Amino acid sequence: MNDDGKRYLFDNKRNVKIVIWGLTAVCVLLFAADWVVHRHISDDLEKLFGFYAVYGFVACVLLVLLAAEMRKLVMRNENYYGDADEQSTGPAVARAEPDVHEDQASSTQADTEAGSGDRHV
Amino acid sequence: MFDFWPALPLFLGALLSAALSGRARAVAMLAAPALGAYGLYQLEPGTTVTLQLFDYTLTPVRVDDLSLLFGYLFHLAAFIGVVFALHIKDRIQDVAALAYAGSAVGAVFAGDLLTLFIYWELLALTSAALVFARRTERALASGMRYLIMQVGSGVLLLAGTLIYAWNTGSLDFDFIGLDAPGGWLIFLAFGIKSAFPLLHGWLVDAYPESTPTGTVFLSAFTTKVAIYALARGYPGTELLIWIGALMTCFPIFYAVIENDLRRVLAYSLINQLGFMVVGIGIGTELALNGAVAHAFNDVLFKGLLMMSMGAVLYVTGEIRGSELGGLYKKMPKTAILCIVGAASISAFPLFSGFVSKSMIVTAAVEEGYSLIWLALLFASAGVFHHAGIKIPFFAFFAHDSKFVGTAHEPPANMLIAMSIAAVLCIGIGTFPVFLYGMLPYDTGYSPYDITHVLTQLQLLAFSALAFMWLKLSGIYPPELKSVNLDVEWFYRRMLPVGVQAVLDRAAPIDRELRRRTKAAIDWGLNDLARHHGSYSGLGGNWPTGNMVLGVAALLGVSLVLYYL
Repeated sequence: MNDDGKRYLFDNKRNVKIVIWGLTAVCVLLFAADWVVHRHISDDLEKLFGFYAVYGFVACVLLVLLAAEMRKLVMRNENYYGDADEQSTGPAVARAEPDVHEDQASSTQADTEAGSGDRHV
Repeated sequence: MFDFWPALPLFLGALLSAALSGRARAVAMLAAPALGAYGLYQLEPGTTVTLQLFDYTLTPVRVDDLSLLFGYLFHLAAFIGVVFALHIKDRIQDVAALAYAGSAVGAVFAGDLLTLFIYWELLALTSAALVFARRTERALASGMRYLIMQVGSGVLLLAGTLIYAWNTGSLDFDFIGLDAPGGWLIFLAFGIKSAFPLLHGWLVDAYPESTPTGTVFLSAFTTKVAIYALARGYPGTELLIWIGALMTCFPIFYAVIENDLRRVLAYSLINQLGFMVVGIGIGTELALNGAVAHAFNDVLFKGLLMMSMGAVLYVTGEIRGSELGGLYKKMPKTAILCIVGAASISAFPLFSGFVSKSMIVTAAVEEGYSLIWLALLFASAGVFHHAGIKIPFFAFFAHDSKFVGTAHEPPANMLIAMSIAAVLCIGIGTFPVFLYGMLPYDTGYSPYDITHVLTQLQLLAFSALAFMWLKLSGIYPPELKSVNLDVEWFYRRMLPVGVQAVLDRAAPIDRELRRRTKAAIDWGLNDLARHHGSYSGLGGNWPTGNMVLGVAALLGVSLVLYYL
């Protein structure tokens, strides 16, 4: 949505590629540094080659995968508590009664958006 | 200058900001924290002010290294927050913000539990006003829930204090420990304000509902006062290590799937508090230094992140990750400042988080808490993931949102406030000696050795790699308009629904009971009417003639008796 017609840094796909490959290169270098650098060891696990790198990667992947599973358990539609915000309309639009009778008004919309409809227990 | 009451300048500032307007208000609000900090500079560690209240000695002011460090921190946070909010014309927020900062300062200089309690409740009231100041139904409801929890924490503190004072004969606020009489109650009171797991609902509920500027103040004070109180009253309490480790780990899962970016930061705040709580629990000099230093840094970098998201909210009126994106095109300065905050919270070398978090992690591994150490590493990788990458990425990059066309940089005062915080984040990270010099213990610790730097960089770089891989392969869960159930569900949904269910179940019983009681009363009334009513034998109205007849009969009888 660049109505000013300007091309910004990441509009150029090449710059995105540079970021991606740059990060990969940094990771390879840091991993390789374990050969060169002699670390102080406080815990046995630290002796493992590339421990921090592997741990960081695995931790983040697990974090995201578990969190995505957690959504099935805890995610509800935005109006679950019947107080979906007026934020969605942006700052310029002032609404007369923001929250009072949202329940009926936005229920159908909200239900289709997030999928789970157990709002009225 | 203010050694009888270090918080006085801030409270005076609150009063003046209520009375003044225009330029004078701005001057008063900026001068208050500056003057207060100057007052602290003149305080000698070891100074105390005491008062005699009946049999007890109160110590409204007690100055030592720990309270001074937090005192400076709160003045700094108040100054940055005031600069950030300078363009707002809202007296409630002005007064509440400065009085809130004043209460925090008062609390850390409190030398006895009763004084602490008073500031504890003042913190609750003034901060709740900042939530109410959003002036939406939603903020009002959230603020009420917040206030109930906060005042509840105060009640626990007071109860604990009374038991403690009754049994020990002293109100002094020093090491308390769980074994002290009332120790558990006070621990729980501190725990609520430090957002212990299951007691954390108020934080993620209310903080994101405050105004763009109010949240900046909120994120600085309440939780740090609680950390101070834990460091003062419960250092070396092993339970805290486990509680803290839990606090570092569980919120990051929520942070990954949360859509409201300020709520992501609220979860990340609990995660950072977890590090401090672990440090306090370990209780060695290095760990305590780490906890206190991390509290100091957290105020700055979390404040910076909250400010950058506040700026986004202020400019676009939107804070949900699903609706934002691409704003770097129109808000490049805000984006860069946000990234500085992100790098600091993620503990990149040369940024502030690194020099304090590494102390806690080092202390954990040195004391042989391997499991805790692994949890802290997991949380470190996680915090980079959700606060370091997710916040800037979804707000400023990702896909172009509808706001890209109209967005612009926030007002100059907001940019200045963020810049001050950013400079401090980099300054502390690059030259940690200044911060280390203010810490309570001298441990000779240096964060910049090759092992620390390399391992931290490996951890962070591979976390970033994981994010990139998950994002490019489409596995990363998209930002969705949603709410995620947390402990607040218990009192926002289960409790009302439960009460309703109980009422529904009880209603027929209640109705039957009323019917029977009413029937019994009716029967009683009828019975009374039968015996004592107007047509009954006893209570009825007898005609006057009857009496005359009676009298005549009586006279007749007496006449007959006379003649006999």
